[in-house]
Amino acid sequence: MTIRIFVPRDAAAIAVGANGISRDLYRAAEAAGAEIDIVRNGSRGMLWLEPLVEVEVAGLRYGFGPIEPTDVAGLVSAGLFDPSRVAAISHTKALGPTEKIPYFANQTRLTFARCGKTDPMSFEDYVAHGGYLGLQAAMSMGPAAIVEEVVKSGLRGRGGAGFPTGIKWKTVHATLPQQKYIVCNADEGDSATFADRMIMEGDPFVLIEGMTIAGIAVGATKGYIYCRSEYPHAIAVLNEAIDAARAAGVLGGRVAGSPYAFDLEVRMGAGAYVCGEETALLDSLEGKRGIVRAKPPLPAHKGLFGRPTVINNVLSLAAVPFILAEGAQAYADYGVGRSRGTMPIQLAGNIRHGGLYETAFGLTLGTLVDEIGGGTQSGRPVKAVQVGGPLGAYFPRALFDTPFDYEAFAARDGLIGHAGITVFDDTADMAEQARFAFEFCAIESCGKCTPCRIGSTRGRETIEKIMAGEDVAANMEIVTDLCHTMKLGSLCALGGFTPYPVMSAITHFPDDFVPARPRLAAE
Amino acid sequence: MVDSRESWNEAQLCEIIAEHRGLEGPLLPILHAVQDAFGYVPQPAVPIIARELNLSRAEVHGVVTFYHDFRDRPAGRHILKICRAESCQAMGCEALVKRAESRLGVECGRTTANDQVTFEAVYCLGLCAMSPSAMIDGEPVARLNASKLDALLSEMGA
Repeated sequence: MTIRIFVPRDAAAIAVGANGISRDLYRAAEAAGAEIDIVRNGSRGMLWLEPLVEVEVAGLRYGFGPIEPTDVAGLVSAGLFDPSRVAAISHTKALGPTEKIPYFANQTRLTFARCGKTDPMSFEDYVAHGGYLGLQAAMSMGPAAIVEEVVKSGLRGRGGAGFPTGIKWKTVHATLPQQKYIVCNADEGDSATFADRMIMEGDPFVLIEGMTIAGIAVGATKGYIYCRSEYPHAIAVLNEAIDAARAAGVLGGRVAGSPYAFDLEVRMGAGAYVCGEETALLDSLEGKRGIVRAKPPLPAHKGLFGRPTVINNVLSLAAVPFILAEGAQAYADYGVGRSRGTMPIQLAGNIRHGGLYETAFGLTLGTLVDEIGGGTQSGRPVKAVQVGGPLGAYFPRALFDTPFDYEAFAARDGLIGHAGITVFDDTADMAEQARFAFEFCAIESCGKCTPCRIGSTRGRETIEKIMAGEDVAANMEIVTDLCHTMKLGSLCALGGFTPYPVMSAITHFPDDFVPARPRLAAE
Repeated sequence: MVDSRESWNEAQLCEIIAEHRGLEGPLLPILHAVQDAFGYVPQPAVPIIARELNLSRAEVHGVVTFYHDFRDRPAGRHILKICRAESCQAMGCEALVKRAESRLGVECGRTTANDQVTFEAVYCLGLCAMSPSAMIDGEPVARLNASKLDALLSEMGA
């Protein structure tokens, strides 16, 4: 009997040796005379356990991880290839049934329902696990009703801005029939975020299905996925999945035999963070420098090549199939206040249990960091967590009661952004983090608006003066004033949000900006 | 890896352009293909691309220089990119950058004198739950530490 074994093909798993483990398992099986079939699945999102090897016995998957090459022989002799012994293997890396691990079991996986379970390259597997039910429902409803459904779900843009997805769709739907586009923003450049990458590598068809539904809803026949060049594995998976979807007839001139046409193309970015900003992304897709456009006109009216364009984040589009298949209410039933549905949260940085955690909005920051994330990896106290990537605020422990919800974070001068959480222990120097925020803005500024282009460099210089103990009070005032100007005067979130990390570091960690402050030994 | 690449020639450039010119917004795909073929975007390619796409040289030059990915000269035989974004900072990437700099004898952003290694910063590889991370010749490496880095540098002949 052939034993099914799962070894993720997720870039994070590969980065810690999953390809080698897969080869080692095949070799060991050959030597042991066992017949195995290795499925290269997506990651389950428990990244501290990667490479996570799973063995399927009677429909139940037993996890082992994190597996190092030296573990393979021991596990094999303990019975890894023997279905009657797998469940009882006693080994330090044996985790029991994967889906019973509390970190996994306690999630609400709507968008990531299939990620890690299925073979991401298998169209049949996707369909067998509920894939394309959303498209089926969408086609029976027709465009206007699809848009209404997405509006009712309360889905807000998962890229960071939190703008209602349905409203974008409605605007494009209302434009006169012409060439329209669906653009997927897969330029996931924020540190601490990897959910887009994981879904693209682990369940690419859900994104393809979501974009197809968007195309039908607004009358667009062409879609682009703009993916950053730092994600070569995701790009390869998407291209292969798009080919498979075409072969299956769910992309092309007649989507699933319907009168609707929709096709997709993947485009690779070229290492510019600012292209994650939607209008810079559109310029980049057109073959220009990634320069931010002034709004209006909105992309919904004049987007890609001046045509009406829906531009949504990967996670927004990937949430759509569930909404159509299960109904807007089923999605909206999750969450709190105006933050409806679930959010794939990413726990990163100095954290013990780093990974992806999809859950309804509303958990507190403290629960996420201390309980789910298990605190720091270094074992030292948490000093700060940055929520929302490089443009997000640093929160101290004192704000750990903040519920994970767009409005609650805004009320505390923060943002949830793309829901990445970076944990820092007490060796972090918050003046250095503030300095870096300005430096990063200077490196990545597109240069169109003055507050961002020049403010970032002046800001870095001024923080450096403060760090050197030069005229601290006066320079603090300058930084504060500069942040005010950047926040209100920048064209996009790069310049406009850089004040969040800077000012939050100053507000919550004033001691780090005092001259001659004690430097910690860990430097 | 550079060794396997073509040296700059106009005929191949024209093939690349012909292959991509039917795309909407073909400039970035063309530049990526050019860099794949030659290892960098050679200066003489710029006016030809401009002419073929009916753009000004300034526009093409602007695009080539705007994006961090495009090189104006060949890289070393190996390319090491260490992530210097926040999540990796929280796990000590700066110490690894310094270590690599001292081992390679060049600052981040440069190529070693023997053209063996180009060492660059990258801002996020999406491996943030396993920081610090790096990319070596396109292959991701996570949970990087000093001894892993040393081994990788040795493999690269540094």
